[in-house]
Amino acid sequence: MPDVTKTATAVEDAVATPSVDASEPSAKQEKARSLWGDAWADLRRNPYFIVSSILIALLLLVSAWPGLFTSASPTAGDLVHHFLSKPELSKVGSPEWLGYDGQGRSVYARLIHGTRASVTVGIAVTAIVTIVGGFMGMIAGYFGGIVDTVLSRITDIFFGIPFLLGAMVVLQSFVERTVWVVVFALAFLGWTQITRVMRGAVITIKQADYVHAAKALGAGTTRILFKHILPNAMAPVIVVATIALGGYISAEATLSFLGLGLAAPTVSWGVDISAGVAQIRVAPHILLWPSIMLSLTVLAFIMLGEAVRNALDPKLR
Amino acid sequence: MSIIDKTAAVPAPRGGDHTGPLLEVKDLHVEFHTRDGVAKAVNGVNYSVNAGETLAVLGESGSGKSVTAQAIMGILDMPPGKIPQGEILFRGEDMLKMSEEERRKIRGRKIAMIFQDALSSLNPVLNVGYQLGEMFRVHHGMSKKDAKVKAIELMDKVKIPAAKARVDDYPHQFSGGMRQRIMIAMALALEPDLIIADEPTTALDVTVQAQVMDLLAELQQEYNMGLILITHDLGVVADVADKIAVMYAGRIVEQAPVHELYKRPAHPYTRGLLDSIPRLDQKGQELYAIKGLPPNLLKVPTGCAFNPRCPKADDICRTEIPALVPVTEQDGADLPGRKSACHFWKETIHG
Amino acid sequence: MADLSNNDEAVAAAIEAPVAAGEPILQVRNLQKHFPLTQGILFKKQVGAVKAVDGVSFDLFQGETLGIVGESGCGKSTVAKLLMNLERATAGEVFYKGQDITKLSGRALKAVRRNIQMVFQDPYTSLNPRMTVGDIIGEPFDIHPEVAPKGDRRRKVQELLDVVGLNPEYINRYPHQFSGGQRQRIGIARGLALNPEIIICDEPVSALDVSVQAQVINLMGKLQDEFNLSYIFIAHDLSIVRHISDRVGVMYLGKMAEIGTDEQIYEHPTHPYTQALLSAVPVPDPEARAHRERIILTGDVPSPANPPSGCSFRTRCWKAQEKCSQEVPVLAIPQRFQGQDIPAAHSSACHFAEEKQVVPVS
Repeated sequence: MPDVTKTATAVEDAVATPSVDASEPSAKQEKARSLWGDAWADLRRNPYFIVSSILIALLLLVSAWPGLFTSASPTAGDLVHHFLSKPELSKVGSPEWLGYDGQGRSVYARLIHGTRASVTVGIAVTAIVTIVGGFMGMIAGYFGGIVDTVLSRITDIFFGIPFLLGAMVVLQSFVERTVWVVVFALAFLGWTQITRVMRGAVITIKQADYVHAAKALGAGTTRILFKHILPNAMAPVIVVATIALGGYISAEATLSFLGLGLAAPTVSWGVDISAGVAQIRVAPHILLWPSIMLSLTVLAFIMLGEAVRNALDPKLR
Repeated sequence: MSIIDKTAAVPAPRGGDHTGPLLEVKDLHVEFHTRDGVAKAVNGVNYSVNAGETLAVLGESGSGKSVTAQAIMGILDMPPGKIPQGEILFRGEDMLKMSEEERRKIRGRKIAMIFQDALSSLNPVLNVGYQLGEMFRVHHGMSKKDAKVKAIELMDKVKIPAAKARVDDYPHQFSGGMRQRIMIAMALALEPDLIIADEPTTALDVTVQAQVMDLLAELQQEYNMGLILITHDLGVVADVADKIAVMYAGRIVEQAPVHELYKRPAHPYTRGLLDSIPRLDQKGQELYAIKGLPPNLLKVPTGCAFNPRCPKADDICRTEIPALVPVTEQDGADLPGRKSACHFWKETIHG
Repeated sequence: MADLSNNDEAVAAAIEAPVAAGEPILQVRNLQKHFPLTQGILFKKQVGAVKAVDGVSFDLFQGETLGIVGESGCGKSTVAKLLMNLERATAGEVFYKGQDITKLSGRALKAVRRNIQMVFQDPYTSLNPRMTVGDIIGEPFDIHPEVAPKGDRRRKVQELLDVVGLNPEYINRYPHQFSGGQRQRIGIARGLALNPEIIICDEPVSALDVSVQAQVINLMGKLQDEFNLSYIFIAHDLSIVRHISDRVGVMYLGKMAEIGTDEQIYEHPTHPYTQALLSAVPVPDPEARAHRERIILTGDVPSPANPPSGCSFRTRCWKAQEKCSQEVPVLAIPQRFQGQDIPAAHSSACHFAEEKQVVPVS
């Protein structure tokens, strides 16, 4: 006999008794709990969520007001400060804390000011990709037929382009590569992931009886899409988008490292990593600190994504 | 237990010199530790089955009927499940005290299980002949060829037409009824002493349901197996069971031979169930409806778990858990095999 | 365009008119739904069709309950979807107060929807998990604002909750906070919101526990009297259908096999499939075990993509003869019973229809 255990469902059945009791008196004691509310209650108790959200909050603060954290300029170099002079680790927050780079600029100040580029790219690309990709996926999934066929083939074509290679080609065609050019290049190629997730979710949800019920009531397409399908399809999209955000930040750094993304005088971790490689033997700290920051940031978003995934879909645990 | 004495016309069990019941569950408790608290799924269940006998365990969702069966099979997920106390005696030996290795020897070979959903219980990427033959290859060390011959024999036994031609087909190529037959064949493969069938026909259409239940009863007789039939369907029970245990909120609330139970229920819950199902042969007015909802296992009502829904409930029902006591005639004469866990069983059965 | 909207108004006016009790409110004629089977990825080629519903006709009278029974795959749920216009019929008509609603769209269709509502099988998937109970039951008013003025809606929703036996204070809760039976009550309240004339119930109690089934069935009976509703009650449980229905139709493989009053179908069935179906129903009475005659059908229901020629039931029928494979039996009163005033004289699609009692008469 195959050892098919139905225990998972058994547990569910055992505890899936309604929270509303037969006895009326208890009716008032229990609060209305939405699925989002449940997810939030779950999130708050998740240590991964706590750690990652503190990190992300800090990053956002730093990128919005870098002046709060350092008074030193990230671009003004003074060759008085040699990059071989030892970082003074005891002087937390001072310009000399993490040492100086080859041009005598404070590594700490560059770290703080470089945050903005990374965070901006991450958030902007994710926002564009979620809106554009989500919309495409929703249309393709809901309407199906020829609309779906056409949109899905377009998605497939873009999906077929290697992400970094494609971004390089796009960037090559711009003379001046600002943060927004990088955002454009990444979003141009990145939307397909969200489209696919959204399309799959919508196809499942549009067959749910509550969508049929809304149609039977005479609900129009807009109402069905935005009241019934979108709120239920959002969960997987949010998860994928959060994890992808970390990916976009590392993609920006990679492109900058290769000299195709941001370039000096823009301050960015990728630019600094690229510059630090040259002195890796003599002054590893120039490379080390931006790399640590980059990894921490990416990690924070991946952790947040995982925590959100667990909260939104408890069955995955 | 008086139930056991009653079914005397049972041939001696095959193998072993144990003389008691084939399977005996004693004071079994099962709980699930969840985020919201401890769900007490089974709270002291006692029942027994003899060879050749059919025990129906009747209950609604959340009554603990399936969890009990999974505890017997040893396929409970632990954690979150936990068995804080109780014994499960198979031929007099407590399975809960056995090593995993010993239990595995019993599972499939001595006790087999049939599930409600045959499609998800069969491996979709292996053909049914292979899956049936696996039993013989693993347990009897047969060769691939011999195992396949055996598989065809089994498929014939459960009356799958053109068994020889279909042995290489995959599960999804069979209809629901045929898949349930394959499940039965698989359970039968090693000629177990006991079969536990968890809602075996619930997913099937009525005309197919009748076929499958008939087949199961026929095979049970042929092999002289014990059968535990877990179901919520009072109709199915009436058709095949010898004795019935009615479960509510993790407890057995009534036990009786099948004819007795339908004639004169001794628990208000059983009575309510019988009155609340529409009958094919009579067109009634309004149905009797048990008020309220099945209990939340995280906070089972104090006293008798049925008290908030019971028309007979009194103060004692809210404070004291009624024990499962023997039920007697009005004049005190024995009613073999009958028990009820109701403070007011006398009033319930004798009017 | 102007012409079209005038037409819409004419339809809307027609469906406002009330129907007298005992008159047909819904007439279904030769309804068909074939799902195409296609092959190929880019250039889809039709290679066949699943005949889910293959020529079904019946009437629903004002104030009555018509039960439709059949096994899975017989097309009964597709009939429900077609009546609700959730699927477009391949052929055939559904006349609601004389208007063919299968070809309506836009405003006229929306007007029809106000009067024909549905209760779904699965109370766990038929309510949007991200909406509160108040929003779910109030949604009909958002879609048809003319039914209830905005300030009135909350009160109306609470009234509806009360009507279906739920605490009106539950208005801000979410579906997952309720049990299956309670959710089904919410679904019924949503169906009632627009004050419809017809409610199509697709297996409304099959997902519920036995003790809760009776509550919901009683509720539906009570609401029918209170709001003068006509029900189409689709189910596989013959006992429940008998309990609630005035007339019953038996479906097999996309076709109606037999239709008549509950007494005609249950006590005087003439179609062999109905007889087999009734005899297979487990009766909760162990005394009946011994002396009940059971007709055990052999084999399974054939695929609706490739139904047998002639009578679709002939492959499992013990009466089948040469004629059954050549001629499709029509749904009509069998010739031998025509003109007689006996219960066996009701529509039955069998060449060899004869009465056979399978349910013990109490």
